[in-house]
Amino acid sequence: MTEIETLAAPARRLEWQPVEVREIIVETFRVKSLLLHAPRWQGHLPGQHVDIRLTAEDGYQAQRSYSIASPPEDDLLALTVEKVDDGEVSPYLVDDLRAGDRFELRGPIGGYFVWTVATPGPLSLIAGGSGIAPLMAMLRHRARRNVRNPALLLYSSRSLEDVIYREELDAMARGDPHLRVVHTLTRKQPEGWTGHRRRIDRELLAEASFPPEQAPKIFVCGPTSLVEAAASLLVDLGHDPLKIKTERFGPSGWTP
Amino acid sequence: MDETPISRGFRSRRKQQAPKDRLPPGQYVTTDFPVLSAGPTPQTNHQDWTLALQLGGSLLGKWSWEEFEALPQTTVRRDIHCVTKWSKFDTTWQGVTFDDLLKAAGLAEPPEPYIMAHCDGGYTTNIPVEDLIDGKGMVVTRYEGLPIAPAHGGPARLLVPHLYFWKSAKWVRRLRFMEEDERGFWESLGYHNYGDPWKEQRYDGD
Repeated sequence: MTEIETLAAPARRLEWQPVEVREIIVETFRVKSLLLHAPRWQGHLPGQHVDIRLTAEDGYQAQRSYSIASPPEDDLLALTVEKVDDGEVSPYLVDDLRAGDRFELRGPIGGYFVWTVATPGPLSLIAGGSGIAPLMAMLRHRARRNVRNPALLLYSSRSLEDVIYREELDAMARGDPHLRVVHTLTRKQPEGWTGHRRRIDRELLAEASFPPEQAPKIFVCGPTSLVEAAASLLVDLGHDPLKIKTERFGPSGWTP
Repeated sequence: MDETPISRGFRSRRKQQAPKDRLPPGQYVTTDFPVLSAGPTPQTNHQDWTLALQLGGSLLGKWSWEEFEALPQTTVRRDIHCVTKWSKFDTTWQGVTFDDLLKAAGLAEPPEPYIMAHCDGGYTTNIPVEDLIDGKGMVVTRYEGLPIAPAHGGPARLLVPHLYFWKSAKWVRRLRFMEEDERGFWESLGYHNYGDPWKEQRYDGD
């Protein structure tokens, strides 16, 4: 995994910084992207996340982590938030937040689930639901830099309406013969849908990923059940477990 | 420092606030048990599992699954706190305390002040020995009376509940004494070297 480093001098603290909501993009019925102006942002790597902190009028505070969906090249920082009905923070972010509102965040956080164009070789991305967010940062970064390494996104959604960034992904794939985007719709398919219609299984992974011989860098992000299943199937298919990086979210029993 | 911006209309949705002396700053209580790991879940059978205690190049002790099960068993009920903000109260774990492991290896006291825990899947984490002795640290094999599921660290994981839960390394196989502190996996990737939830030591520099 990583080299063990010697203890360095204490790093600078990641300070809370104020951000302003510049724009809110409705992605699906349950998902919005918040485009944030973060004047003190020092930059990030695709795949990293931030902690956000909301403060209520009575001083109550709540913190949550969200992946960054924007590439380092963009001026505004994008967080893509899915509304969890019984949640405390996401319903506020999705239903109540308006352009011009301010809150705090700190980051970037996480140095493992990270990909940049400096990493050679095929890139294999596997997403479930809003787990697409950090992978989108990687794809956007790759597109902005015009890098054409083979890349493949296998993306599991409940229905076509639940696919986040659908048009952008389509446009990206149309303009780039080295990028393949494979959707699977697990609950509801539109009439005439010829694509996949089941949860990610061995066959689907074998078809929509690079063979182990090509030693792809693999990133899996989504609900725990999907990540657990996909990661162990990839190991079964012969991929080096150390090349498979995972990020899980949501309660352990949640399924897409 | 700027004034903290107030989020208009944001309020606590918690029906009951957790007592301040029980919930560390920035945490929220969950009844679920989320899973977080950096890679695939290793599947290790009991017959292939061993736990080793190591100092430099030498082995201080090594236990097979059966031998480990025969060591004195301790059951504790603890609150756990994950750096990703969830806390879970009253979790019950069974296993062997670090103190009993030292005894089983014939050690009167720990030979060095730091431990690196090595796990299946390549994960490592560093912990001061002081935070493992006197009942503070364990290697656990049962959660709520049942074998720990692989996704949650089974067959055996470390339990150091007074530190953020990444220190309670899943799939632990080897505890290595170190003369000097070294950083483990997350500790080398921007997370805090010690990880005290009450001081909110989430990231480097906190």
